[in-house]
Amino acid sequence: MANKEQVFDKVKEIIVDQLGVDEEEVVPEASFIDDLGADSLDIVELIMALEEEFGLEIPDDEAEKIATVNDAVEYIRENA
Amino acid sequence: MTTRAIVAGLGTYVPEKILTNQDLEQMVDTSDEWIVTRTGIKERHIAAPDETTSVMATRASIRALADAGITADDLDFIVCATNTPDTIFPSTAARVQHQLTTKPIPGVDIQAGCTGLIYGMEMASALIQSGAYHNILVIGADKLTSITDYEDRTTAVLFGDAAGAFVLQGKEGTQRGLLASYLQADGRGGDLLIEPAGGSMLPASEETVAARQHYLKMNGNETFRFAVKAMPEAVEEGLKKAGLAVSEMDLLVPHQANLRIIDAAVRRFELDPSRVVVNIDRYGNTSVATIPLALQEAREQGRVHDDDVVVLCAFGAGLTWGSNVIRWGR
Repeated sequence: MANKEQVFDKVKEIIVDQLGVDEEEVVPEASFIDDLGADSLDIVELIMALEEEFGLEIPDDEAEKIATVNDAVEYIRENA
Repeated sequence: MTTRAIVAGLGTYVPEKILTNQDLEQMVDTSDEWIVTRTGIKERHIAAPDETTSVMATRASIRALADAGITADDLDFIVCATNTPDTIFPSTAARVQHQLTTKPIPGVDIQAGCTGLIYGMEMASALIQSGAYHNILVIGADKLTSITDYEDRTTAVLFGDAAGAFVLQGKEGTQRGLLASYLQADGRGGDLLIEPAGGSMLPASEETVAARQHYLKMNGNETFRFAVKAMPEAVEEGLKKAGLAVSEMDLLVPHQANLRIIDAAVRRFELDPSRVVVNIDRYGNTSVATIPLALQEAREQGRVHDDDVVVLCAFGAGLTWGSNVIRWGR
């Protein structure tokens, strides 16, 4: 899989698109709910967009653990 | 010459009583802001105790017959999509027949979750194209509040009651009418959206009542995930069967379950909002009645023109999903 920076940039692009936040807000430690204003349905849509982009199936119990931008990047790097 | 089922008439019925988000704030731990941002719903209509599913269905049907310019005695079949029949048996279709006319005609209920109306339209169209029937009443009626648990804040806010009815009529040599349908059912997701008790699996008992198993249960996030995929698929596949491109769709009438699901579909197709009908804010999710309600409202607003390509699409318990592609006009 691509290096961390490439994955981060793609994930950032998807988050900006899905959550309608500014690029600068999407830092690795940002929490989707607390910092980026997402609710549970936003997260479902975000996970679906990530699955589509990276050709993944993220099971529910794994998806629940993805709370920050970095969690998403790490999960993708390990599984894509 | 090809016979097609045209939409000869459409009628709806909505009960008088309104339940607002503010009313719900007094009943369960929720807030207007939470409900609006998660669902887009501001209020919904609630049927009176004597307004059963068949009563609402009959009232919508009388209006549909008037719109079509025919009487109940001209009907030769009744298809009623519902998930909340007056009784498990006999059927709601038979009750509607009895309330509409003294003339015995075939009548049957369809139970396909919120997709039931889409199923009913396709089945009625096929019956008409077979040449055996000419005027079919296709009803979508549900009294979801009769199975809504007002102690469950995740579902209590979603549902309302209503009915809608189409008169489908056979017509030869027309380009109008129902062009194609796409229907699916996949029982793997059956537990996502379910009324657990009251059937042969879990007959009614003191225990099932105590455990609140006669109410609708929903896994909201998983259902949302399914719906966000199923709605665009239904639209694309239905149009493909009709030999049309998404760009040729004039009006999309999606099942009104959650504004966020509709928004996701709109974003996917990059549709101008003027091409999508949304009225969930005032009615909530009325199951099989959402599409007739939304389409009727669009007609009244002058948004439906002869020869427009109108796509109806829905998803629901089963899981089921599907679409009807109609070229509008009689």
